[in-house]
Order: sequence, then C-alpha cells, then structure tokens
Amino acid sequence: MTLTVLRSTGQGSWEKRILKSLNSMCTELSIPLARKRPVGEQKELLSKWNEMGTDEPDLSLFRPVYAPKDFLEVLINLRNPNYENGDSLSFRTHLGLIQVPLKVKDIPELKEFFVELGLTTGQLGIDDSTQVPPELFENEHVRIGQKVLAEQDGAAAQQYIRQGSPTALRADLWALILNISSQPEDILYYEQLKTNVIQHDLLVDSLIYKDVKLTASNDDYYFVFEDYLYQVLLCFSRDTSVLGHFAYNSASPPKSYIRGKLGLEEYAVFYPPNGVIPFHGFSMYVAPLCFLYHEPSKLYQIFREMYVRFFFRLHSISSHPSGIVSLCLLFETLLQTYLPQLFYHLREIGAQPLRISFKWMVRAFSGYLATDQLLLLWDRILGYNSLEILAVLAAAVFAFRAVNLMEVTSLAAAEAVLADLSTLKVMPLLQIFLFATVT
Amino acid sequence: MSRVSVPCHVKGTVALQVGDVRTSQGRPGVLVIDVTFPSVAPFELQEIMFKNYYTAFLSIRVRQHSSPHTPAKWVTCLRDYCLMPDPHSEEGAQEYVSLFKHQMLCDMARVLELRLILRQPSPLWVSFTVEELQIYQQGPKSPSMTFPKWLSHPVPCEQPPPLIEGLPDPSRVSSEVQQMWALTEMIRASHTSTRIGRFDVDGCYDLNLLSYT
Repeated sequence: MTLTVLRSTGQGSWEKRILKSLNSMCTELSIPLARKRPVGEQKELLSKWNEMGTDEPDLSLFRPVYAPKDFLEVLINLRNPNYENGDSLSFRTHLGLIQVPLKVKDIPELKEFFVELGLTTGQLGIDDSTQVPPELFENEHVRIGQKVLAEQDGAAAQQYIRQGSPTALRADLWALILNISSQPEDILYYEQLKTNVIQHDLLVDSLIYKDVKLTASNDDYYFVFEDYLYQVLLCFSRDTSVLGHFAYNSASPPKSYIRGKLGLEEYAVFYPPNGVIPFHGFSMYVAPLCFLYHEPSKLYQIFREMYVRFFFRLHSISSHPSGIVSLCLLFETLLQTYLPQLFYHLREIGAQPLRISFKWMVRAFSGYLATDQLLLLWDRILGYNSLEILAVLAAAVFAFRAVNLMEVTSLAAAEAVLADLSTLKVMPLLQIFLFATVT
Repeated sequence: MSRVSVPCHVKGTVALQVGDVRTSQGRPGVLVIDVTFPSVAPFELQEIMFKNYYTAFLSIRVRQHSSPHTPAKWVTCLRDYCLMPDPHSEEGAQEYVSLFKHQMLCDMARVLELRLILRQPSPLWVSFTVEELQIYQQGPKSPSMTFPKWLSHPVPCEQPPPLIEGLPDPSRVSSEVQQMWALTEMIRASHTSTRIGRFDVDGCYDLNLLSYT
C-alpha cells in the first residue's frame, strides 16, 4: 500500500529530479542516452568481456546521479498535509528526522517476529564459535540443512535459514529460497542480455563503471570481483523483465523517445531498458553475492531476484513496512525509546542518528560489515522476508557504542566512532539488543 | 453476482461537538454524513463501497420502510467498524473499503436513508472523512436458460454404420489421433514463459534525452 501523499509529493518529485540530473549530464557532456555500437567496437567489447576491469575509460566528467545523502534529504522533507504538526513541542512532535507517522514495530513485537533469534535458540554466528563444541548445535544444524536441500523444500529452507546458513550450503539454500534453478533457457536469456550489451551502448554503463571503480574496486574484500560486477550490472540494465517489479513498486520507470520521434507513442521506450537508474553504491548490492556464485548467469539471476524482492525497497519511497521510510522510522523510534539519553545527547550536538545510520541501511550494510557477518545478516533477510532487521541492527550498533557516543561533542566525532564496523559480530549484537537489554 | 449502483445524494458532513465550534481548541472527533435516495424506491442494499480518508471507526444507521402506518425508525446496522487499527498511525488511513449486506446487524431489505457516523479519536489529523461513496443493490438475476432438447434428453446409442471398404477402422484412427493430441498438450504445457524482452524499436535504440511526462 502506498499512500497518495508519498507517491505524489515524495516519489514523484524525486523521480523528476533524477530525470533532470541525467538529462543535464547528457547535454553537458554531449553524450546520447543510448546509441548503437559500431561493429568494430562491438567486436572489441566481445573480446574483452571477461576483463572489462582492465579498461580505464575517462570517467572524470561523469558524476553519480545521486548519493544516499541526497535521498535522505528527500525523506526528511516528506510531509503529510493532513498531519497536524503544531508549532509548539508536544507529544505529537517527532524528535527524529522522519516526520511521517507510519506504523512500526516496537521491541515486544520485534521479539515475537524474530523469535528464532532468541537466547534459547541456536544460531550460526554465535553458537558455532570456536569455544562452543560443535556437537551442541552446529553439527545437527548442518545435518538438517543437508536434509532440507535434499528434499528441495523451499518453505523449510526459509524457516531453517532464520538460524543462519552453514557456509557450504548457503549458495544452494539461497537459490532454493529465491526459486532460482539454472535451466538452459535461463543461460540463453543471460547470453541474449550480453548480446544487448554488445550491440547498444548506454550512458548508464558509464555510471555503472564509475560506481564500481569508486566503491567495490576500492574495497579489500570485493576488488577481486570487479569483472563479475560489470558482467552482472551491464546485463541488468538491459533486462526488461525487471520492469515487472514496478507493478508493486511506487516508482515508475523513466521514459524516452527514439531520436527524431519525440511524442510518438509507438516510439516510446523505457530508459534504461530495466527502468532502474543506478546510484552511488548500487554495485555493492551485487558484490557480496560474488562470494557465493561464480557462474555469471546464476550470479545474475540471484542478484536480479534479490533486487526485485528486497533491494528496490531501499531506494524508493513507499509506506511498506520494509520500505526505507519505515526502516528509518523504526530505527529512530527504537533508539528514542530504548536509548533516550543517547538520542537526546546526539540530537543536542547536532548529530541526528539517522544521518549516520542511513547509509548503512540503504546499502543493507554491504561494504560496512565483514563479509561473513554480512552474509549471516542477509540469511535473516531471506528467512524473515523482511528488511526490518537492518533497522534493528543499526539501533543495536548504536547501543553497543553508546558509551563512546555519549562523550562526543560533534557530528564528525560521532561519525568517527561509528566509522569502522568491520570488527562487529552481527548476531550477538542483535540478540543482546532484542532479548537481553533491560528496558 | 451482479450489482447495480444506486444514485444517492450525499449531504454535507456535520460535525458533532460539545460547546462552541469557533472558540473551542480541539477539533471535532465525530462527523455525521447523511445519504438519501431521492429518486429511488426503497431498495435492498447489497454493498457499500468508499475510500477512507483518516477515519478510524465507522458506524452506520439505516432507516427502512416498514408498513404504511408505522413511521420508519432508525436502526444501527454497523457498530464501530474499525478502519484504522492504530488511529495515530497511517495504517488503513487511505484504503478502499467494501461493506456487504451480510456484515450488517440487521436486515437491509427496504432502505430509505443511511446515516454514516465517522469517528477519529486521535488529535494528530487535521481532517477526516470518507470519499467516493457508492451504494449498490442487487442486480437482476440472470434469466434462466432452457436447455436444448438434445442436451437434456440424449438419444440412446445407435448402431454404428457399416465400414466402407478401403478406409481404415475409425476407432483405431481416433485413438491414434488422441495420442497425438496428448503429445501436443504435453509440449504446450512445458512451454516456458520466459520471454526475451525487446527494448528497442525495430533494432533502433538511439535516444537523446529522457522525457518528463
């Protein structure tokens, strides 16, 4: 369900800004949105397909269409005209940045929703640590996982993965839950997309190149997968089947007309063909998957399914409980309710907590956590079919570093305390925050 | 089941409030909307459909036509129907709602007039109402069909005509044709729904700028 107000004032005007930004980039650089590649260029690209990372095109004039912090500004300014936001402070004033009164879960409801993360249930990420004998939990858990895979039971897999997935079984379990089986027609489909990439050059390709070079290539964990990322993201832009997700997404795909046929409906097309304009950090949705899947067409299918099920909600405006607006509000409400002193202190020094945690949630923590921890987190996203765990983890991180945060006196210092999350263990943090904090 | 829309006249909303509307600080939490049917005889109500706008609870009272000598009385047919599970938050605030005859507390046989009583106890909202109100009565029943005689009274089995020389046995041919048909059905059933989507127009995908409309 999307409220009309969010659709018209929020998503609508945001989309227009993105269109304007892309159009002005076209006119400034005198580059068309799309063109057919000359045959010589097609041959060259085909020969370099597996090592596109070695290319060093001049991308200095390109800039990302938007970054998460621009998007945050839009979310902060969302207003419901029917909502009474009085001038004086009262019980109805929202102390955080989000001013839309969506319904979010509180901790008792979250405890019920995430009941398998409780203290008495075994977890991978906690009960498989070296001090714990594997006979207590790990061995049995692996055995059950193998049985689930043998039976090819998708519903059982989704229930099972709430306690985490063994590393050896994760690729198959995710494929089972996402209903991905590599049929010959899927490989053919991927090859067709590759042909589309060879034939047509899109401006969006340069944005993808730039994003990969700026983010994944600079990351110690992901730079080895640079070539895979191009192979997935360039094909993703040409995939018209992704347009299907706009049926349940509040966003709409950008439109254009074939050159010289402006206004003629039979020459109207979507741009890019999949309707998704990548933003700064988009390639980080794909990077962690490269650890699990090495065959390009399977990697592609898994990423596409993850995108149309989950990731699109992180950068479009809607009232869905897993949408980014609800996640932001959930984060702020949890912090305000259970760490009121910390929340008040950070607000007083001009460091609204959402300004720091927003980038973590938009990227589903990719690039911020160590990869094994990130994959344990994404296990739970699949298991619970919800992104709310991202907001809970963000609040748990603040709770963990609360002592240090109480001593900072500026936004920059608060950012510094929370700059490095690579040593954090995700499951103990979540468990303590939800089940072991005295309220 | 078909339904037919009943033309209705929706009167303006009346706020119920204690004290003087102009001077008191708070906003009314109860609104009343009267719905009359000036050009229609008393009818049987089938369905009420509307779009909610921040109303939390809905009650409906109905005035029905009874015998000619007793005056029509108001009866509550829906009491405190919850439209928003949490009146302070957005859930359910702008949803389309359908209410049916079987959800009502009383019989809706000869409706003269309806009164919708809207409640919104939360002070967070500036206004609340229901929009796009539509009332439906039962449509005409589909006319009963008479079956042709040969369908309702099939003739008894006849003796098959004798085989013409030189032609193959018809029952053998029909069983082979059946097998072929089964094979084609199998192939059609396993046909994949994956489409190779074309995004270009006749091989051309040369674009200059995005369109704003």
